[in-house]
Amino acid sequence: MFVDSHTHMISRTTDDYERMAAAGVMACIEPAFWLGQPRTHVGTYIDYLSMICGFERFRAGQFGLRHYCTVGLNSKEANNEELADAVMEILPRYALKEGVVAIGEIGYDEQTALEDKYYRLQLELAKELALPVMVHTPHRDKRQGTLRSMAVALEHKLDPSWVVIDHNNEETVRDVLDRGFWAAFSIYPFTKMGNERMVDIVKTYGAERIFCDSACDWGVSDPLAVPKTAELMRRAQIAEDVIRKVTYDNPLAAYGKSGQINEQDWLNPPSIDQRTLYMGNSVLRGGQAPRIDEVPRGVDDNLHIA
Amino acid sequence: MTNAALIDLLSTWVIRKAPTDAACWFEQQATKLRSGATDKDLYLALGYAIRRLGKSDLGLSPDELAAARTARPGWDPGDWSIDQAARLVFILATDDGDAARFKARLEQLFRTADIGELITFYRGLPLYPYPELHIARAREGARSAMQPIFEAVAHRNPYPLERFDENAWNHMVLKALFVGSKLHPIQGLDARANPSLMRMLCDYAHERWAASRPVSPELWRCVGPHADHAAIDDLARVLAAGGAVDRQAAALALTACSAPAARELLARVPELARAAAAGSPGWAALAAP
Repeated sequence: MFVDSHTHMISRTTDDYERMAAAGVMACIEPAFWLGQPRTHVGTYIDYLSMICGFERFRAGQFGLRHYCTVGLNSKEANNEELADAVMEILPRYALKEGVVAIGEIGYDEQTALEDKYYRLQLELAKELALPVMVHTPHRDKRQGTLRSMAVALEHKLDPSWVVIDHNNEETVRDVLDRGFWAAFSIYPFTKMGNERMVDIVKTYGAERIFCDSACDWGVSDPLAVPKTAELMRRAQIAEDVIRKVTYDNPLAAYGKSGQINEQDWLNPPSIDQRTLYMGNSVLRGGQAPRIDEVPRGVDDNLHIA
Repeated sequence: MTNAALIDLLSTWVIRKAPTDAACWFEQQATKLRSGATDKDLYLALGYAIRRLGKSDLGLSPDELAAARTARPGWDPGDWSIDQAARLVFILATDDGDAARFKARLEQLFRTADIGELITFYRGLPLYPYPELHIARAREGARSAMQPIFEAVAHRNPYPLERFDENAWNHMVLKALFVGSKLHPIQGLDARANPSLMRMLCDYAHERWAASRPVSPELWRCVGPHADHAAIDDLARVLAAGGAVDRQAAALALTACSAPAARELLARVPELARAAAAGSPGWAALAAP
């Protein structure tokens, strides 16, 4: 069983859902982000947040995946002040929706003053509502941006065990772990982390407060990154309990602090959900334990993500 | 039945089912909202409903379901959960007699609802005051691509029967078949059968036949009462070539048709006709599991 804690499923096809379910991904988390191009109206933002709390959750349920999300104003769109102010006004409406497991993904892109302003406001919102935070670390000037994200979170008195620093690499992981934050790694072709590098990270740092995700979105990305990485770790003789922590237990523990994601959601779903929302997973009917193939099917030929 | 009486009934169920401290919280919220609270109070109450109360089934007894039907004819909360009942209490509690304000508030809630809330808010349609103001919203739900949302409007809900015009009704029934949903939980199927729906359904059956795809035996239920010559020919085809359940359905449909041609057809299948005349098996039993 796997949890993929960073997926932009609205950009993915039904084939992806089918393959994820077949590979044992039980749950996915959809962080609110931009859409590849900036929104220009708060109305489209409202519809987007409704979409990730609504139709996308329904769609995932059709394929037997439980779907969760985070809500927040991303760093890119934080630079449109008019939009940003309007989004900040509606965010509290969404933060308490069912299955919202964090405020996120928030943080820095170009580390502008506006990005800083709305990052801080959202840290305060997370604190007020007792929600974890998912921090998007910048692609450029990454190490500095990561350090700054953490410093500001600590300045706002957030408990680092409630904050996930995402998109880490070899250059940032030590600082993140030393400060007590969760360190997430997006296994992503070409830019972020390859899964062989992830295996090395786990060999070096162990499984404490570390987990990986696919960050699959509209770009070249792999929704099977988590199960594939688990298989690579297995082949590298990494212990099963370590693999389980990095691909299942740790994301559940981090985002579970919200009280909005629990493995009982898929192992023993409430009857109202079984009747309405969580279809297509006949293996879970009647309180049975899920029967999932340990080795993901159809991924052997394509296990390595550069 | 007044709004207050509906609130009382729902509240009794919620309090019976809720953990003790959560029952107190629920009552406080309901009281606050009834005495004119802000929109923010409403959003918070709705937001915390599941966190405080959980989402277990209400599990209403036959007596309680009878009380529901007495309070509001057609109301069928047999598969409602505690959070759904509580959230509807909160919404009903905000009504201060201003129809436009109630409608605007409800519309705002629908617009920013998550999927569980959408199901709940649509299930609440028969309970809201000013029922004539919610038709467009109900039709929006019946257009949903999310089957559980569609079914929150279409199934076990008297609102469409009472408020949908013929076009809305017909499309709801056709859509139910189209998305693989059941017809028998739709209230008023027989009462609202009409020639236009009969034609739409027969056309749809032909589409399915052309694609070599199965036709739900339930389809014929809304064809029978208004079947014309072409429709009776379709039923003859089902009697001749359909499976056992399809043939039972065709016989039931023909039984509801007063045309002589329907009688003649039935006379050729005396056993099926006898069973159909006795209402056996009923339409609900014919719906695939």
